[in-house]
Amino acid sequence: MTTSTIAGIELEVDAEGFLQKPEQWTDAVGEAIAAELGIEMTDRHWQVARFMRQRFLDNGTAPTIRTLGKESGVDVKELYKLFPKGPAKLAAKIGGIPKPRGCI
Amino acid sequence: MSRIVILGAGTAGTIMANRLRRRFADGVKDGTTSITVVDQDDVHVYQPGLLFVPFGIYDADDVVRPRGKQLHDGIGYVQAAVERVLPAEREVELGNGTRLSYDVLIVASGTRIAPEETDGLTGPGWGETMFEFYTVEGARALGEKLATWPGGRLVINIVEMPIKCPVAPLEFAFLADWFFAQKGMRDRVQISYVTPLDGAFTKPVCTQVLGHLLEDKRVELVTEFNAGRVDGEAGILASWDEREVPFDLLVSVPLHQGAEFVKRSEGLGDDYGFVRTDLHTLQSRCAPEIFAIGDAADVPTSKAGSVAHFEAEVLEDNIARFLAGEPLVPAYDGHTNCFVETGYDKALLLDFNYDTEPLPGKFPFATIGPMKLLEATYANHLGKLAFKWLYWNVLMPGHDIPAVGAQMSMAGKQPVLQDS
Repeated sequence: MTTSTIAGIELEVDAEGFLQKPEQWTDAVGEAIAAELGIEMTDRHWQVARFMRQRFLDNGTAPTIRTLGKESGVDVKELYKLFPKGPAKLAAKIGGIPKPRGCI
Repeated sequence: MSRIVILGAGTAGTIMANRLRRRFADGVKDGTTSITVVDQDDVHVYQPGLLFVPFGIYDADDVVRPRGKQLHDGIGYVQAAVERVLPAEREVELGNGTRLSYDVLIVASGTRIAPEETDGLTGPGWGETMFEFYTVEGARALGEKLATWPGGRLVINIVEMPIKCPVAPLEFAFLADWFFAQKGMRDRVQISYVTPLDGAFTKPVCTQVLGHLLEDKRVELVTEFNAGRVDGEAGILASWDEREVPFDLLVSVPLHQGAEFVKRSEGLGDDYGFVRTDLHTLQSRCAPEIFAIGDAADVPTSKAGSVAHFEAEVLEDNIARFLAGEPLVPAYDGHTNCFVETGYDKALLLDFNYDTEPLPGKFPFATIGPMKLLEATYANHLGKLAFKWLYWNVLMPGHDIPAVGAQMSMAGKQPVLQDS
């Protein structure tokens, strides 16, 4: 396990930069991770990242891209515009939760 | 009295039932242990064989046998659909309304394809210009198509991970290259491999060591492509970010999901219907007396028969421990072993686990082999063909394979320095 300092906080991350302890996350951490990925967070981005994070905290697993499209209030097409190439993966990273299983 | 109920009589469920039957032979004899297996039909498919059906190497009839016949005497077999699991009541509700009580439940219900989840895939052109080979019917239909197909753009697309046997689509591409070359029409076929991953293999070392194979076989690689919709009449595969790949013949590897009853069972599975499972003990995260094995489990290793076989060794022990009130052993390490057919009577062999990537070397004995890891050889191909006999006669009855243990061995493996 490696650590990384993001937005002034020392965080436990995996090799790809996914947070291992969701409780270490703050809005500022999410913003900083997004910036590193070249994403400027809008309300729509936050809606997805927060939905992703909350579902993980509630259920212990991250929602799939299909669930995001049906239940987050943002459809799949827009998800790919907001988070190019990998919406579920990027939203998980920004939302401060471990890498979703479906990405393996 | 210990009542063991197994949901699913495919690779994992059958191995598990037969192993437990042997483990608890005395209990089954004196009536203190019962083993009951439930499945909705009586068709056990030798799934590794499906890959060969489209190319006429196997007939569709060669790859199926009755499920009940693979189970030893003394194992109960119930043919019924499963409605849902009721963890709090320790009961399984069947489709016909009856309930089965259990002391230990093993979910071995596998994974199935869901082509209807991709817009347009099961619409016009399905079965005419768009096919799959993950079911017996699909593989047979594709075989009939390929036998008379005049050539054109053949596109192989993986809709989304995870899929069953992650190397099968790649093997399909390699065998297609060989098949059309043998028919003297390779120049009339353009083969594209379109994947949501950033490389041909799911594992970086494989992509690094084996990347040349696609080039050698003239297979075009399109990466990071997330299929959003398909138009079978226009012959267009489109991604969510509006990239388009034209095709004359699409071989789709559709979205995979777990069994529907897993989704209907409170707390048992994730959004895909895979059972949330401890990576090392194979106990579900839902209830201590529920376990999962094979493709049904959400553990991050390949969905493959070899995984079910290695898991079975660990799970058999853990079920015996659970019933004896002893702590479980976290012994499953993600061990996976797969043959990859590359055409021209050659195959590759991969052997890896949760922490170690597939490495080159010899298998199963260091320096001797006789099989080579990460290299296309005739011996590996013979290994793959021999596997069909091993499957029905050694694996399904629940025996171990000599010299190949549940845990991955580093014997004979050579480390590879990774790029990046």
